Amino acid sequence: MSVENGIGASVRRKEDQRFITGNGHYLDDMNRAGQAYGYFLRSPYAFAKIKNIDLSAAKSAPGVVDIFTGADMVADGIGGLICGWGITSKDGSPHKAPPHNSMAVDAVRHVGDQVAFVIAETLEQAKNAAELIEVGYEVLTPVTNIAKALAPGAPQIHEEAPGNLCYDWELGDKAAVDAAFANAAHVSKIDLVNNRLSPNPMEPRAALGEYDAGSGELTLHTTSQNPHVARLIMSAFLGIAPENKLRVVAPDVGGGFGSKIFVYAEETTTIWAARKINRPVKWTADRSEAFLTDAHGRDHVTHAELATDNDGKILAFRVSTKANMGAYLSTFASAVPTYLYGTLLSGQYKIPSIYCEVQAGFTNTTPVDAYRGAGRPEATYVVERMMDTAAKDLKMDPTEFRLKNFIQPDAYPYETPVIMTYDSGDYPLAMNLAKEMIDYNGFAARKAQSEANGKLRGIGVAAYIEACGIAPSAAVGSLGAGVGLWESAEVRFNPTGSVTVFTGSHSHGQGHETTFAQIIADKLGVPIDSVEVVHGDTSKVPFGMGTYGSRSLAVGGSAIVKAVDKIVEKSKKIAAHLMEASVEDIEHEHGVFSVAGTDKKLTMGEIAFAAYVPHNYPADLEPGMAENAFYDPLNFTFPAGTHIAEVEIDPATGVVDIVDWAAADDFGNVINPMIVEGQVHGGVAQGIGQALLEGVIYDEESGQLLTGSYMDYCMPRADDLPNFRVATTNTPCPSNPLGVKGCGEAGAIAGPAALMNAIVNAIGKDIDMPATPEKVWRAINSN
Amino acid sequence: MTTVSMTVNGKKVSADVAPNTLLVQFIRDNLRLTGTHVGCDTSQCGACTVHVNGDSVKSCTMLAAQAEGADVTTIEGLAKNGELHPMQAAFKENHGLQCGFCTPGMIMSAVDLVKRNPNPSEETIRTELEGNICRCTGYHNIVKSVKAAAENMGG
Ligand code: FES
Ligand code: FES
Repeated sequence: MSVENGIGASVRRKEDQRFITGNGHYLDDMNRAGQAYGYFLRSPYAFAKIKNIDLSAAKSAPGVVDIFTGADMVADGIGGLICGWGITSKDGSPHKAPPHNSMAVDAVRHVGDQVAFVIAETLEQAKNAAELIEVGYEVLTPVTNIAKALAPGAPQIHEEAPGNLCYDWELGDKAAVDAAFANAAHVSKIDLVNNRLSPNPMEPRAALGEYDAGSGELTLHTTSQNPHVARLIMSAFLGIAPENKLRVVAPDVGGGFGSKIFVYAEETTTIWAARKINRPVKWTADRSEAFLTDAHGRDHVTHAELATDNDGKILAFRVSTKANMGAYLSTFASAVPTYLYGTLLSGQYKIPSIYCEVQAGFTNTTPVDAYRGAGRPEATYVVERMMDTAAKDLKMDPTEFRLKNFIQPDAYPYETPVIMTYDSGDYPLAMNLAKEMIDYNGFAARKAQSEANGKLRGIGVAAYIEACGIAPSAAVGSLGAGVGLWESAEVRFNPTGSVTVFTGSHSHGQGHETTFAQIIADKLGVPIDSVEVVHGDTSKVPFGMGTYGSRSLAVGGSAIVKAVDKIVEKSKKIAAHLMEASVEDIEHEHGVFSVAGTDKKLTMGEIAFAAYVPHNYPADLEPGMAENAFYDPLNFTFPAGTHIAEVEIDPATGVVDIVDWAAADDFGNVINPMIVEGQVHGGVAQGIGQALLEGVIYDEESGQLLTGSYMDYCMPRADDLPNFRVATTNTPCPSNPLGVKGCGEAGAIAGPAALMNAIVNAIGKDIDMPATPEKVWRAINSN
Repeated sequence: MTTVSMTVNGKKVSADVAPNTLLVQFIRDNLRLTGTHVGCDTSQCGACTVHVNGDSVKSCTMLAAQAEGADVTTIEGLAKNGELHPMQAAFKENHGLQCGFCTPGMIMSAVDLVKRNPNPSEETIRTELEGNICRCTGYHNIVKSVKAAAENMGG
């Protein structure tokens, strides 16, 4: 029996109605009576000491309510922003996390660093007043490039981090790798830059802080992917208010891609200031501020080497990476180039030994943290560019080389030399499917045709793996995480049979209101229109770790299933009582409870009603029908697959035309195929953006951000992208009750490697991202 | 202060605003029609697209005063008598949106695009939507939505 709008159906999204009619409630759409407007004065310099700040003229400007600086927050006992994941260096020392105040106290360390918060009756008045603030700066020489920052003699950004080193971390068996390399028949080498990106959700960050002097309660509406974590950090580390007096709400959020995970200075300052002035305060970033202050992504420089034998079998892999952390350590920054990167360097391959070392350092740039994929795109880029290079050195077809070295479908659970235990998968299946989708074998003929037309043609493969459903708490805890990564849910029946689901996951485009309702429809037979999914409010949801790392369905969805299991268990007792049968004889399917071997049955709705009107009810059972569950998975999930890109390049202009794209992804079971396909499209688009168009550039001398607007930072537009062929293979995930793996990041992980391999294949030369026409043209025309 | 008057979604509206008030500010702040969004400060993203006298316009590029006497339609005015416009329906049917932030502007641009190109090719759609940035969808399903809507609109 299957259920209407249940698991596996491409249900059209419930949330769309409000978005397509202009009735969404994004943060900047909200206003409060008596609200004042906040504006940040930001540093124009990349690195400078602050000698003095004179607010006198600004404070008497028209409309100004108050102006605060970092010193005011410190004097008020407000702590600094934190990094929640501790990394230990090779020598056993903890990573360096220098102080990170919401507003600068004695120095500014990147262009855009907060210097003062001006609050006025109107935004325009706040901006005008900010111009009157006099700041005495002693300008210092900045460093923006990570290799230069870690070199001897570089400007010293934080006293607490000598040589600008945050940590020098390693993973794997160095001696085993060295030995394997010493005896290898072939060694292939590659040098790569993983370009710095600006996440750019279309909705800029914003905050609306309110203080209720009567109850002493603070409410922060903010553009967050994880409001509970924001509350926890603001409460425990900044001391803004105890958790029971601090409510954090994330309403409709216009995209995140990781950048709205973090606890930012502007949000903490806004809520703190609302209490100081005892009035609602609203702050909304403009796009220029978003470029300057939203945490960036990637920014790695890597050297990698692969040892192979004469049969084309991989013997060992070694990787050395320098990672740019920016000016301060953002909320989860330290984990990205370590446990979300080094642990994925085995890719889909059987590699006997792997060694990875990562030096992370500070520079005078915007902090870098998780951006769609977070560490896994960087790992996949290294692994998959390496595989192509090795295949070329060995004169093997890149897909044959990969197929020869894949972990085989009967090898699970498979333990890699870099911590992870892969639980399931079928890598050859996905690769062969992608090859078929794009007609890999017909490529030679298409290439000949392109050549006849004076064009270069290339094909590129990326076989990626990611660790998603970021969780098991014990595992991440042992690796340094400062939090548990479970998820919570409450499933609450209303007496008349409708259902409210409270989830700790947060939807900012992923469609949880639909997908989660489908789970309820499927398991409990409730029509999806009678299911309301509530998320993003600390005063409603028990607790939540939020949405990132493609974890919502695998962890948050599983928590819902656990709560549903409790509902079913309780309902069986009620059904047994009402139908005068024993609990063991009650069978349940999709919300219908029947007595085995009879035609007696009751629906979930009837049972829920009985639970709220318990006139005829089991004596030892509590009334009501609401259950909550906290779910902590046993393992990460491991989505994997193959993407293949095909390009045609005009050698006269260097313009890359993506002529085809095939994605074969193993996401385990799929709840809503339409939504999953959409996630793949969006991920690939960001991957293509990284490979062809995007890149944050700083002027190395002044430290100024040169790509600070959509005029300079090239976002993928409709006419830059192709249509995508998307398919899934589905090996169910054994580590969660839904058998799902997560799909949100796959495209951004596979995309850059597939596309760059295609471009390198076409032009026959190595080239770094973004492969702009100029770069491609120069590569074609170089010797 | 200057007084500006125009018709928005069929209703006559009038307000005193500072002369440098942008049309998008007038729509969002004075009229509290918050379906029109602001995604950038360089007139690049198209989140603020509305119709002025039937043509799509980025409302952050225009002063409210320049729309004096004009007939303005925002996303809130697109559905008629509770019936979704075929473009709105097509976006929902074809999963043409994820976070929804770019969507109002995207739909307003798309309606204008189909008005000028009743039977648009994929290439035309992609070129015409070049002024609207979407970070979520990769455009694949937006293109599909616009195609489907054009067919339903009798193109
Ligand atoms: S807000 Fe008008 S184009 Fe971006
Ligand atoms: S749907 Fe999110 S930006 Fe387009």
